[in-house]
Amino acid sequence: MSGALKIELGRRYRFSASHRLHTSQLSEEENSRVFGKCNNPHGHGHNYVVEVSMSGDVDPATGMIANLAELDAFVDRQVLDDLDHKSLNEDVLAFRDKVPTTENLCMEIYQRLKSFPRAKLERIRVEETGNNSFEYAGDNPEGDRP
Amino acid sequence: MVLLTRKIEFSASHLYHNPNLSAEENRRVFGKCNNPHGHGHNYTLQVTIEGEPDPVTGMVLDLKDLKEILEREIMQRMDHRHLNYEVPELAGQIPTCENIARVIWQLLEPKITQGRLHRVRLYESPDLFADCYRNGAKGAGQP
Repeated sequence: MSGALKIELGRRYRFSASHRLHTSQLSEEENSRVFGKCNNPHGHGHNYVVEVSMSGDVDPATGMIANLAELDAFVDRQVLDDLDHKSLNEDVLAFRDKVPTTENLCMEIYQRLKSFPRAKLERIRVEETGNNSFEYAGDNPEGDRP
Repeated sequence: MVLLTRKIEFSASHLYHNPNLSAEENRRVFGKCNNPHGHGHNYTLQVTIEGEPDPVTGMVLDLKDLKEILEREIMQRMDHRHLNYEVPELAGQIPTCENIARVIWQLLEPKITQGRLHRVRLYESPDLFADCYRNGAKGAGQP
């Protein structure tokens, strides 16, 4: 992108899902010690917030970096349809062999959204609760951080 | 470097319409944002200033001064206004979050004389916002 100023579009989405932090690489005791109540056998849920930041040129004809309806449809298709009201452990392929921490979730969502054709994905921020949030900007050491 | 952020809120109306497009195209591209009489939002603006604290006052800039600049440059221009018709800086532009954030940057940047403007973040709603900052900017404490 050219010019001295950079513009980003931020959009927040919500979904609800359950998870259980547990890994087969640790014993039952170790799982319980490491993950605490997040290791309870039947899992628990969160209302997740996903904040998506996209950058790009602002189209003078529309005033937009990306058409919101297109972005919303893309996020629905790539992320929300698959994760909302699901068990991350049981229903989402990516977490069959990976602990569904929100760190891993953040990276998974980044991978699913980085192919958005209309703008450049800058970063993903996921709020697991109002008190815990996680950010991932890919392997981009020169990534801008406003 | 320290970043400090002040938040203000203003309410304004707008609509999205490009006179170079047909009525049908406007409707297709902008959807209900193209409704002819406009609609409104409660905007939240976060203005972030970067700088080193003054060794005597401990301040990057005096928040009272920033408050006055925001009142004069933004509130008086945009609060309870129709952004399409009453804000000359937006004339000829679609008043999207992206464009309003850039105009706010351009209005504020020359007025910040202690520290310097780091980021403008404008929320149109809690779920939609735009950031404007310098290409290559880094957050506080970043190398």
